[in-house]
Amino acid sequence: MAKKHIIVDPITRIEGHLRVEAVIDENNQIVDAYASSTMFRGMETIMQGRDPRDCGLMAMRICGVCTGTHYQRSIEAVEDAFNVTIPKNARLVRNLIQGALYVHDHLVHFYHLHALDFVDVVAATKADPELTAKEAIKWAGVSGHKPYISAAADFKAVQERLVKFVKEGRLGIFGNGYWGNNNYKLTAEQNLIGVTHYLKALDIQRDLAKMQAIFGGKNPHPQSIVVGGVTCVQDIKNPARIALFKTLLKEGTEFIKGAYLPDVYMAGTMYAEEATDSEATYTATKGKGVGGTGGGILNYLSYGDFKLDDTGFYNAEDLFPAGIVMGADVSKVFEVDANKIAEDVAHAWYEGTGAPEHPYEGTTIPKYTGLEKKEDGHAYLKTEEKYSWIKAPVYDGHKMEVGPLARMVIGYAKGDERITKYVGNFLKRSGLPITVLFSTVGRTAARAIETELMADVMVEWVDELAKNVAMGDDSTWTEFDFDVVSKDCKGAGMAEAPRGALGHWMVIKDGKVKNYQAIVPSTWNAGPRDAKGQLGAYEAALIGTKVSDPEQPLEIIRTIHSFDPCIACAVHVVDTNGKELAVYKVDPTCTF
Amino acid sequence: MGVDKQDSVKSLFTAQSAKVDTNRGDAYYEDLYAQCRGRLDELKNLAPLNNRMDFKESIEDEGLERRDFLKWASATTAMLMLPASFTPLVAEAAVMMNRVPVIWIELSDCAGNTEALIRSDGPKIDEIILDIISLEFNETLLAASGHQAEKQLEDAVEHFKGKYLLFVEGAVPMGMNGQYGTIGASGETFHDHLQRLAKDAAAIVAVGSCATFGGIPAAAPNPTDAVGVMDVVKGKPIINIPACPANPSNMVGVILHYVLTGGIPELDSLLRPKFAFGYRIHDNCERRAHFDAGEYVEEWGDEGAKNNFCLYKVGCKGPMTFNNCSIIRYNEGVNWPVGVGRGCIGCSEPDFWDKYAYERPMANAHIKAPTGGVEKTVDEFGLGLLTAAGVGIAVHAAASAVAGKKENQGEA
Repeated sequence: MAKKHIIVDPITRIEGHLRVEAVIDENNQIVDAYASSTMFRGMETIMQGRDPRDCGLMAMRICGVCTGTHYQRSIEAVEDAFNVTIPKNARLVRNLIQGALYVHDHLVHFYHLHALDFVDVVAATKADPELTAKEAIKWAGVSGHKPYISAAADFKAVQERLVKFVKEGRLGIFGNGYWGNNNYKLTAEQNLIGVTHYLKALDIQRDLAKMQAIFGGKNPHPQSIVVGGVTCVQDIKNPARIALFKTLLKEGTEFIKGAYLPDVYMAGTMYAEEATDSEATYTATKGKGVGGTGGGILNYLSYGDFKLDDTGFYNAEDLFPAGIVMGADVSKVFEVDANKIAEDVAHAWYEGTGAPEHPYEGTTIPKYTGLEKKEDGHAYLKTEEKYSWIKAPVYDGHKMEVGPLARMVIGYAKGDERITKYVGNFLKRSGLPITVLFSTVGRTAARAIETELMADVMVEWVDELAKNVAMGDDSTWTEFDFDVVSKDCKGAGMAEAPRGALGHWMVIKDGKVKNYQAIVPSTWNAGPRDAKGQLGAYEAALIGTKVSDPEQPLEIIRTIHSFDPCIACAVHVVDTNGKELAVYKVDPTCTF
Repeated sequence: MGVDKQDSVKSLFTAQSAKVDTNRGDAYYEDLYAQCRGRLDELKNLAPLNNRMDFKESIEDEGLERRDFLKWASATTAMLMLPASFTPLVAEAAVMMNRVPVIWIELSDCAGNTEALIRSDGPKIDEIILDIISLEFNETLLAASGHQAEKQLEDAVEHFKGKYLLFVEGAVPMGMNGQYGTIGASGETFHDHLQRLAKDAAAIVAVGSCATFGGIPAAAPNPTDAVGVMDVVKGKPIINIPACPANPSNMVGVILHYVLTGGIPELDSLLRPKFAFGYRIHDNCERRAHFDAGEYVEEWGDEGAKNNFCLYKVGCKGPMTFNNCSIIRYNEGVNWPVGVGRGCIGCSEPDFWDKYAYERPMANAHIKAPTGGVEKTVDEFGLGLLTAAGVGIAVHAAASAVAGKKENQGEA
């Protein structure tokens, strides 16, 4: 039997427009995979010529899901260029705005963008509500928390609602799903827990988003961060606002600990075979791999983020430390050297010299070569040539994965006290080795571990903020003389977004943005092959995966979703005439 | 400046917006009431598209009081600028929203409007998905991917031909023959995708700044030649719900209005529903008294900021922007950009990225020329941006600054 080449487009339950093509052999095993972004807006071009203070709000519109993260990185790039250190209150408010994003984004990702890869909605109609309640209590026990929902009556109510929905009507957003696929491994009761929490999480996420709105003004797209600090001085001075933040955080944390984590233990255990089935990874990595299905390139990068003191952006201690782990070897952590970052366009729709270019020297000249129409009516990626709007970043010539897994692995490998405690606790309770993390399921677990950590640490930050304000410090902004500092400078905002390492670079001349460049998490993860043929993180993670039904790309989307794709973020600059627009030159020494 | 001049500036900003006629008279509302009644009776005879349980019932299931539901209905009636007598009709319409199929597509977007939709609190999003509207397709939430997703979309279009509301999020890139955005196995361009789905829609609702007026992709120099839906789709009713992102209350309001009347709400010249975009932010701003008193935030974090003073001088574009955020705010009323001390960036107005979105007053904006080229101040553009309102504001700001100085001198 010949190999089968399948297209999955659109990949749904992500941000943005993504296509995956996979080649499947006669044993239904993926032997080749290609990821392609199919949308392009030209955000960085739009920034050029603007007042640098105005770029943050525009940069935020790169993405409405990781909303606020590009905003802050852009503002930080300007602050780095102007050499402005923000006041303590502003640092804490920003930590809370971004922290709220992390817990909101990770929760929505797990339940609304990812869970249906594990949870069979239709199968939940067959569950016994009494047994479901017992099951929920059991997994909450594994996680060491009180179950968020434990009454059989509650599960029964959801089930009745679901039965009515499934039996009589159209399924709406659940329509035409992969229900009944062999690779749904949860029991009926576990599926009902998943569906119940899916619905409850819709409620919870509205409240978690309010946390960002308290200090940000609204969500999505908050508006209170400015170069030099934040504007929400009234909100931090108002004890009722602080109290509301704490109440919402407390309620959200109860769900995170009583539902999200137990569900991850549950799914992790039911899919543990795939997480520890290292054969596929072993084969795919020619003997170097550890972990299981969906492991991928096993190189991890983090720029570090969440400043814990007021010594300045690149001096402060980070909650999530920066670093690099290669080949899933947690015995060694390398320091990040920004000079080793380069982008390769061999397979991206841009012109290039053939060699990877440092982002400071890189050019972005569009060269769209299109898709290849075939007789079956489909248009296929020209995989031998260029096939994506995303460039292929490399670090010191290596492809890297970024995201919560990278942050947890690097923190653990560095022996960071807090991260080691949370990761260690998870591994101990699940009874699984650290290698389990290097897989699709592990990537999902790492995000949950990080969510719990973030929910807990935010309590400390909000108390610290309230205390600082109570002691009479109501400073929220550091003054600077724009006309003086904006004459000729450059800066970088390199830190972490929920999806991983995010950098915004800016060159400023006579008060205007001369050049703007962003390399975002999904550029690292979703990028195509480089000139050497090294696969991108998505692509590599798919190799070796067994697909139970080639007509139903369930396993493919499960692994892709584990990265939490955010594709609008990942795309670069172009103009319609193919003019060179983004020649980017920065003195690398000034970026840290 | 004389006192009467100040008074005239004041009256300019105290006047209700000329754009909305809030009281059309009894005869008008009696006719409308009868029309709505007829429409709802007609809908009642239709089976729900999804046979899902009633909104009201589900609210009761959730343990909420009917009183709360009526409270919501009454607030929504007010938001739709209907007399209180319409409240029972609005409540009934909410219960029957599941007779309206909705297909939601994403083009050159950031998914911010989908995210905003899932923040909806009245009604809540789980109710919207399961019980209220018949959300047939939304890429961000849809379980199926690839061919199965495409089939789901095709089925919905076929099944609800001519009946569905097509929600569009994101701009339409027209450059390079539309190839800046493609979707589906056939590599269909966003433009072709939109036209195909628009053809069989009952009406099109463009949500967010990008789908309405081009938004961020269309900001100068508009690298992909992006445009809004109304620039390319002709011969269909189009409702624009701009803002970045659009307020979910306004999305729900438009659907409710459609259920209630069978038609689209009254629109302004930019196809925005007047119920939401009939007033300037400034008209109902909580910091308005400080504007009237000439009390401004002069720089971030100053004494004015600590006292909630007016944000005009740090770039608030509330006086130029039509939207209802000063009334309904965001995230269940938790906050909004003026509340958080930043001010309005004019995000519900066309070309706001090039005209309004900066932290200085317009007079000394130094913004990027929308046409590209050399940077100029707003005055030099001669874009007609400095409308009567703009001039009045600037005059008032200057006048109060002078007045403030005089007072200080007096004290000294």
